[in-house]
Amino acid sequence: MAIIEAKNLTYTYPGGTQPAIKGVSLTIEKGDFVILTGPSGCGKTTLCRCFNGLIPHFYAGRLEGELKVAKLNVTESPIYEMACHVGLVFQNPENQLFALSVEKDVAFGLENLGMPRDEIRKRVDWALQMTDIEELRERAPHELSGGQQQRVAIACVLAMQPEVMVLDEPTSFLDPLGAQKIFEVISELNRQLGITVILVEHRLDLASKHANHVVIMDERTIVLDDKPREVFDSESARLIGVGIPKATKLWQMLRQNGIRLDRAPVNSEEAIQLLRGVLKRDRG
Amino acid sequence: MIEVKGVSFTYPTGVEALKGVSLEIRDGEFIAIMGSNGAGKTTLVKHFNGLLKPASGEVFVGGVSTRNVSIASLARKVGFVFQNPDHQLFCETVEEEIAYALKNFGFEEEIVKNRVTWALNLLGLTQYRQTSPFMLSGGERKRLALASVLAWDPKVVVLDEPTIGQDYEQKEKLRQFIVQLNAQGKTVIVVTHDVEFVADCGPRIVLMAEGKIVADGDAKEILTNKELAFKASIVPPQITQIFLGLADFGLPMDVINVHEAGRILFNFLKEEVKP
Repeated sequence: MAIIEAKNLTYTYPGGTQPAIKGVSLTIEKGDFVILTGPSGCGKTTLCRCFNGLIPHFYAGRLEGELKVAKLNVTESPIYEMACHVGLVFQNPENQLFALSVEKDVAFGLENLGMPRDEIRKRVDWALQMTDIEELRERAPHELSGGQQQRVAIACVLAMQPEVMVLDEPTSFLDPLGAQKIFEVISELNRQLGITVILVEHRLDLASKHANHVVIMDERTIVLDDKPREVFDSESARLIGVGIPKATKLWQMLRQNGIRLDRAPVNSEEAIQLLRGVLKRDRG
Repeated sequence: MIEVKGVSFTYPTGVEALKGVSLEIRDGEFIAIMGSNGAGKTTLVKHFNGLLKPASGEVFVGGVSTRNVSIASLARKVGFVFQNPDHQLFCETVEEEIAYALKNFGFEEEIVKNRVTWALNLLGLTQYRQTSPFMLSGGERKRLALASVLAWDPKVVVLDEPTIGQDYEQKEKLRQFIVQLNAQGKTVIVVTHDVEFVADCGPRIVLMAEGKIVADGDAKEILTNKELAFKASIVPPQITQIFLGLADFGLPMDVINVHEAGRILFNFLKEEVKP
């Protein structure tokens, strides 16, 4: 079942001379883990802002085409209604956090929904635990490091338990182990709770093992939309200059030299498995 | 040359960020400072241009202790590009942003003009000359922050997390750019988490954890050491992970770069398939 359906979406910011995205058509199935990537300025963030209605309701401007998210028509549904279904983690956590304590920031969305006090407590505890920031509960978000702020921003959205989570480079300030852990948390939510995940990411080496769907944008529109293996090994991905995982790149280099492996690996585990097969075969 | 001798630093909040750090950086070196969030990387590099002064110990830049000189005069030698460009940018236009420090350093108008044009061109920002910095994308703002520092031609350039928000092509450009800066004799110090970026650059790595330096060596040696990596919250590059997983076939275990990996595997498999 499709949870997001975009048909020929074109959007221009107020005062903009040209559209920030144009002719975007995309279907995302419920439970998908999507990686959305592409060169800077290609329209990824703009598309994300459409998913929860910030575009057009907050940014104004002109939105053409059709967009349905969680059965809601985005142009006709107010942001507060969209927010119950779609959570957005911003690129820069400083733009998202404002309360005087982490706990209050995480509780803010729930309070606005008028949720009972006990339920808010439970959800806040759960979200802080999932993102491993329980010890930051009383700290002021603006005093935290970039990486810690990103965890808080994720916790805020997690607490809302939305059907769709859109994360715009959510781990850019985190160290690799921290980033890996966050990706695992997101992946867990995706698998266990069936939350649909849309992850904007450049660091494909770390993230791609969790995804079942990759969308690449270039020049304000979608140019590739398929399973990870098909996208990473395509000629267009190379031409656009997407940083495909090193495992896939290694496979391509071997293929150029006449060494064939069964399929393109998208992460190190797959590459090891495939290479072990070849190495054994050649020995035997 | 930058010499750090037994430096400790505690923030007013009581967080002990550096615990007796000693380090020597020679002129013209290319260094990546890596390690977990909160390991003290940014705190350490903020000592290089005097933004922070050690609580105990001493930092010497060009033989002079940072305690005895102003930030302004240190900044001329050590340019600092912040992690978050929004902490650095404030002018009305991109052009004014780059000119700001130059004017403050007292450069003549003609030189300021030339340097601004040069820096805009260098970082591919010429088309945004009259644009407000805040209209730029995250990646573009990062490049502007870098342009405004390079404009005054400091001998040492410190880049705090330069690859954040940069796409693959920009990262590749940035890498070539840094290598070029370094080849021209500049000392380049990069604070980063980006293991794949470092694997492509191959600099000397200073690894930090909990306010201390836990390892110092070349990229190959540090990035392929699983235990060290774990200690500093980094993940070995994907290529290294693959080679560690193939170690029992007698392949080398210290591979970090995809091109080297391709060559090794090709030669190995070529040999193996021979009758």
